[in-house]
Amino acid sequence: MQKLESLIQEASALSNAAAEQEVARIMQICNACRYCEGFCAVFPAMTRRIDFASADVHYLANLCHNCGACLHACQYAPPHDFGVNVPMAMARVRQETYMHFAWPQMMGELYKTNGLAVALGASVSIMAFLLLALALNGRFFGGVLEGNFYAVFPHNTLVWIFGSVFTFAVLSLAIGVTRFWRQISSGKASGAAVAEATHDVLTMKYLGGGHGEGCNNADDAFSLWRKRFHHFTFYGFMLCFAATSVATVYHYFLGLHAPYAVDSLPVILGTLGGVGLVIGPIGLLYLNIQRDPMHGDESQKPMDRAFIVLLLLISISGLGLLIYRDTVAMSIWLVVHLGFVMGLFLTMPYGKFAHGIYRAAALLKNAVEKRQKNTLQLGSD
Amino acid sequence: MVDVLVIGGGNAALCAALMAREAGASVLLLEAAPKVWRGGNSSHTRNLRAMHDGPQDVLLGTYSEDEYWDDLLKVTGGLTNESLARLVIRSSSTCRSWMMRHGVHFQAPLSGTLHLSRTNAFFMGGGKALVNAYYRSAEKLGVQVRYEAPVNSIEMKDGKFIAAYIGDERIEAKACVLAAGGFESNLDWLKEAWGKNELGEYPADNFLIRGTRFNMGTLLRHMIDSGADSIGDPTQAHMVAIDARAPLYDGGICTRIDCVSLGVMVNKNAKRFYDEGEDFWPKRYAIWGRLVAQQPGQTAYSIIDSKALGRFMPPVFDGEQADTLEELADKLHLDRATFLKTIHDFNAACVEGTFDHTALDDCHTVNLVPPKTHWARRIDIGPFYAYAVKPGITFTYLGLKTDQDAAVYFNDKPSDNLFVAGEMMAGNVLGKGYTAGIGMTIGTVFGRIAGVSAARAAIQHRELVDAKA
Ligand SMILES: Cc1cc2nc3c(=O)[nH]c(=O)nc-3n(C[C@H](O)[C@H](O)[C@H](O)COP(=O)(O)OP(=O)(O)OC[C@H]3O[C@@H](n4cnc5c(N)ncnc54)[C@H](O)[C@@H]3O)c2cc1C
Ligand code: SF4
Ligand code: SF4
Repeated sequence: MQKLESLIQEASALSNAAAEQEVARIMQICNACRYCEGFCAVFPAMTRRIDFASADVHYLANLCHNCGACLHACQYAPPHDFGVNVPMAMARVRQETYMHFAWPQMMGELYKTNGLAVALGASVSIMAFLLLALALNGRFFGGVLEGNFYAVFPHNTLVWIFGSVFTFAVLSLAIGVTRFWRQISSGKASGAAVAEATHDVLTMKYLGGGHGEGCNNADDAFSLWRKRFHHFTFYGFMLCFAATSVATVYHYFLGLHAPYAVDSLPVILGTLGGVGLVIGPIGLLYLNIQRDPMHGDESQKPMDRAFIVLLLLISISGLGLLIYRDTVAMSIWLVVHLGFVMGLFLTMPYGKFAHGIYRAAALLKNAVEKRQKNTLQLGSD
Repeated sequence: MVDVLVIGGGNAALCAALMAREAGASVLLLEAAPKVWRGGNSSHTRNLRAMHDGPQDVLLGTYSEDEYWDDLLKVTGGLTNESLARLVIRSSSTCRSWMMRHGVHFQAPLSGTLHLSRTNAFFMGGGKALVNAYYRSAEKLGVQVRYEAPVNSIEMKDGKFIAAYIGDERIEAKACVLAAGGFESNLDWLKEAWGKNELGEYPADNFLIRGTRFNMGTLLRHMIDSGADSIGDPTQAHMVAIDARAPLYDGGICTRIDCVSLGVMVNKNAKRFYDEGEDFWPKRYAIWGRLVAQQPGQTAYSIIDSKALGRFMPPVFDGEQADTLEELADKLHLDRATFLKTIHDFNAACVEGTFDHTALDDCHTVNLVPPKTHWARRIDIGPFYAYAVKPGITFTYLGLKTDQDAAVYFNDKPSDNLFVAGEMMAGNVLGKGYTAGIGMTIGTVFGRIAGVSAARAAIQHRELVDAKA
């Protein structure tokens, strides 16, 4: 086991090296040019360095929001000999970091080579498993259960299955991001730095383009839609998460058990979140299809889209569950919904979901670093 | 038939096209380059110099008309047309709000550029972002744009523009703006202008072109040959010493070498040839191209020691590195003895002082020719570094003579409907020398004037036609 792990590490180190070298090469050109310093945090962070070791590259890659602005503005973009494409180079490394820091490493590698299959495979097999359980218990069409999910699956079973997978996902992400933070970090985060980073995360500041008109998508024109759809997705997700948390509190602390009324807090939060999680992913998917292929790593598109679609399927099946919870189809909706949720949990630490976590860490590092003295004394140019 | 034909696709052309369109004219813009290379030298720029009477968004302090004029007078040594220069200076204060309306973003002064943030406004993302914004705005307003449309001649009749030719294709218009840049990309022309030096070399053989490959000067030459009045000297140009490994075209800003004032510059004979510490590097930046062009092989080497590391803008290519001066001489293929003597003489002439690369400090040499008047510190702590440089030509100053309306002149008479803007006429204002950011200012001011003049000429014509109908 240990041996396999180290072999995997070696193999991925080789491909990482090429992607990292490309970022280092590009950053050396950017550092001598600096025209893009107003767009985002990457360029000011770059000017604090004169060479770009692996840790710097990991940090900068995760600080990049893939907004595309610096590609369209670049006088050295392809077909120029220098072939500078910052967003693409950063995207490649960024994905490598999720694998590089992943725990357990093997899962990361599995996802890397087969992300799409893993995400959907996990969802579908969970569904099959649950359906089988239903059939065995004779609850496939258990009649109208008045929205009582626990008549389909006992509450404790659900808590046990989902609780453990969720805990695993959170633990895995936490280990990954801690490894990342240790590698890139230098110094302690003050309250002010944490506040700034939190603000930057919650507002997705760097999807604003540095001038508030937004980022690039299909071409050199700026648009705020990418930022808006990210907001719908992020806050939709957070509302759904809040709904589940409130329901947990209701269940364990207030003795209030599901199903909850349509006007109860968990249902309201969940519905709002679900709607956000329909609008956001649909928008992001549309933008992703329209996107200038030069902006990112084409090979990651299936994975990005799989993640977006997974979110969409979760919210649609969740809303479907709400609508049909008083019908015979409830148990099927429940199984489908739970299957997708499980698929998300299982792949969270290794794929697109992780970008938010790693980016938040990079933004925190940026806020810390900005407050440190810059040791370079470059003459003004 | 279109009202206004604009020839060129950089800043001056776009400003003209936008203004003409805003004035109600129909506009066709012809850009020689394919779309991916559009924008000419303008896509390599970073800022524009603007007069202002008080702090103004991204501009700090005050930069008055007189101070601007004095700065221009200093660099040109009087080779400037005062009334046109003052027009440029005054108009520069009102350009920026118009630019912003067309989608250009300016950036707050950040690292490395502070000393310029009083006089110069920086484009967020640089000139390519600016050019993109103008093209988007132009398309939105209905300006027609054609790429890969190099114009090679113009048909005139009695001092009036009739049509332009792209090869055999004839394009008529009621008025025309020429904004097709200088001739800096045309190595043959540069070679002809610079001729042969006393060593029998053609200096232009070793020139690198910092900007676009499309400014061949075809139209400029055609106009001069057809009797348009010209101004300026073909060997005058903005020239910078840039890394010798820069590509022949489009090396842009990043190939500059910023450590010259921190060390010494030697030529192929391993000898120094100019005071490296004369003034702050940004002020002297644009004289070193010519200085290097006058050296044998048009090559020189900026030599620094380890003390200078981390004190200059990081170069795009790594320098030659050596632990000893002997080794460095060998790596540069310089005569060892001469090189060592040059460094030794320099070191011996350095006076201890308080080194401060952000001020004109008191570290200087005594009894050394040429002297180094500031930032002179012994080159004695290895490893040592060297950067080979060559002359990088930014843009040429030979252009067409013009006036306050941007008209092209033939035998001292202004054309009614042919106008000129940008590099093609910058020599009226900038006979020689350079002060950072004035290229874009001239292009913006005269582009806008030329656009309005052309629209006026074209629309007047339309009214005449209508009146007769
Ligand atoms: C690396 C670099 C950095 C610079 N930085 C600055 C700066 O920061 N600030 C500043 O003020 N100035 C700067 N300059 C100078 C500045 O670029 C010029 O002064 C300015 O761009 C001139 O604008 P223009 O529109 O006249 O020419 P250009 O922008 O060069 O445009 C000329 C256009 O004409 C087209 N063209 C050429 N021939 C033909 C033809 N026959 N038919 C049709 N089209 C043709 C070209 O393709 C091009 O699009 C810089 C120049 C360089 C090279
Ligand atoms: S992306 Fe291009 S234009 Fe922007 S800083 Fe880097 S090299 Fe310069
Ligand atoms: S793509 Fe956007 S976020 Fe990434 S480095 Fe470029 S400007 Fe910054």
